[in-house]
Amino acid sequence: MRKISAFLAPVFESIRHLTPIIVVVTFFQLIVLRQPLPDLVGVLTGALLVVLGLTLFLRGLDLGLFPIGESLAHGFARKGSVWWLVFFAFALGFGTTIAEPALVAVATEAAVVVAEDGVIENTDSARAAYALGLRITVGLAVGVAIVVGVLRIIHGWPIQYLIIGGYIGVVTMTAFAPEEIIGIAYDAGGVTTSAVTVPLVTAVGIGLASSIKGRNPMIDGFGLIALASLTPMIFVMAYGMII
Amino acid sequence: MGWLHEFLAAIQGTLRDVLPIALIIIGFQVLVLRRRIPNLARVLRGFLYVVVGMTLFLLGLHHALFPLGKLMAKQLTDPAFIYGVYGSVVAELQWSDYKWVYLFAATIGFSTTIAEPALIMIAKKAHQLSGGAISMRGLRMAVATGVAVGVALGCFRIITGTPLHYYIMAGYVMVIIQTLFAPRLIIALAYDSGGVTTGIVTVPLVAALGLGLASTIPGRSVIIDGFGLIAFASLFSIMAVITYAQLAEWWARRTRPAGSTEDLFVQVRRLSAHKATTPKDHKDEDG
Repeated sequence: MRKISAFLAPVFESIRHLTPIIVVVTFFQLIVLRQPLPDLVGVLTGALLVVLGLTLFLRGLDLGLFPIGESLAHGFARKGSVWWLVFFAFALGFGTTIAEPALVAVATEAAVVVAEDGVIENTDSARAAYALGLRITVGLAVGVAIVVGVLRIIHGWPIQYLIIGGYIGVVTMTAFAPEEIIGIAYDAGGVTTSAVTVPLVTAVGIGLASSIKGRNPMIDGFGLIALASLTPMIFVMAYGMII
Repeated sequence: MGWLHEFLAAIQGTLRDVLPIALIIIGFQVLVLRRRIPNLARVLRGFLYVVVGMTLFLLGLHHALFPLGKLMAKQLTDPAFIYGVYGSVVAELQWSDYKWVYLFAATIGFSTTIAEPALIMIAKKAHQLSGGAISMRGLRMAVATGVAVGVALGCFRIITGTPLHYYIMAGYVMVIIQTLFAPRLIIALAYDSGGVTTGIVTVPLVAALGLGLASTIPGRSVIIDGFGLIAFASLFSIMAVITYAQLAEWWARRTRPAGSTEDLFVQVRRLSAHKATTPKDHKDEDG
């Protein structure tokens, strides 16, 4: 009995997270658009998968991803080598971003748009090269962001100065960047933070802040994600100016 | 058979996402730190859950939510629907004729944010680290409200065709001013929640709404006007989280008996600073 309720409690929790979406979609479908729900069986099966998937995923974060992120951070803090930590931070940012499916999709789409505008040649190889260049740019941006963020945790710099500096960078670049890249650049900030990367990067930040004396995990541990969604905008606009 | 095939294709996609992460973790753990991974069996089970869970989650979204939500975004932004509501053909639509679009933008932004897995995780962590001072529910409600306002305002911008960067700059100025008065404890978390809102549930639907609007309104370019809803959502959720913290602090000060000078966030800082010295299995922390 207890086993069943231990399994069911998180399932109900997931259903609670998803209730607002169900209410909104049903309201608009039935009352505003006045249409029946299409393919009810398919939608219900899909909803069941969403509930199960969310439950498993959240459990997996608790068991696997979060502890390993924190333990890596503790390990580096104990090792005491800033260089290895910086290298790890860069690899983490670059490696998790460059293969991100959402980024691959955005980069491919951006190449098509830019080729139609005549910025690059409209051939397969030119577009592929442009998309790859864009992915590497975003990867570098996130790598740099995590490195800066980790150095910030070590030294205890206040996050707001870095963010305000980043804002100034974004605004300045917007004034000079070609118009067609601006929308893509602003979006690139959003695609870098996937559901797998966010927990891991957050765990590393919190783990680091809690193993360095004088740092507070609430004040110093958060902030890596914010930096990682800011730098790609600046880097992508720079890419647009160079190409 | 169709389902199984689809499941295998989906799990391949998730593995491509998770594999680089796993390689980096294992590489550094084995080659640089040269230490065994603590609780290896549990961690591996966690990774398995993450891969299977993510796959099922995305598969379900692609079957149940995304087609319906995208169709809705298309239908609601269709001029025929908007004319139909009024029963007569107006020569040119005004921004105020799009009331259902605003309502859809706000409610879909709110509800998808509540379901965002990364936000659930961040909220849980913030709740633990703040010793309960930041409530999971409150934080997620704050972020979701910010996204709702942001996406609705973003739709207004696309409909009126005003330039994106003026809004963004005004938003930046607003965030900077709010930061000056914000409780120190919340600042980093608020900035982070701006990045977290742009997750796997919210982005596809919100992007579909933006592209739908930009492609049906005459004179709008999909490239220049279709984007930007996500940027709005991030900015407004930062503002909303800081506002939430200020309200919580104000409320705590009001309800606390006169004479005590320590504010809520000072207490929290003491609590979490204490906790920081004993980083243990975080399952025991939430007691």
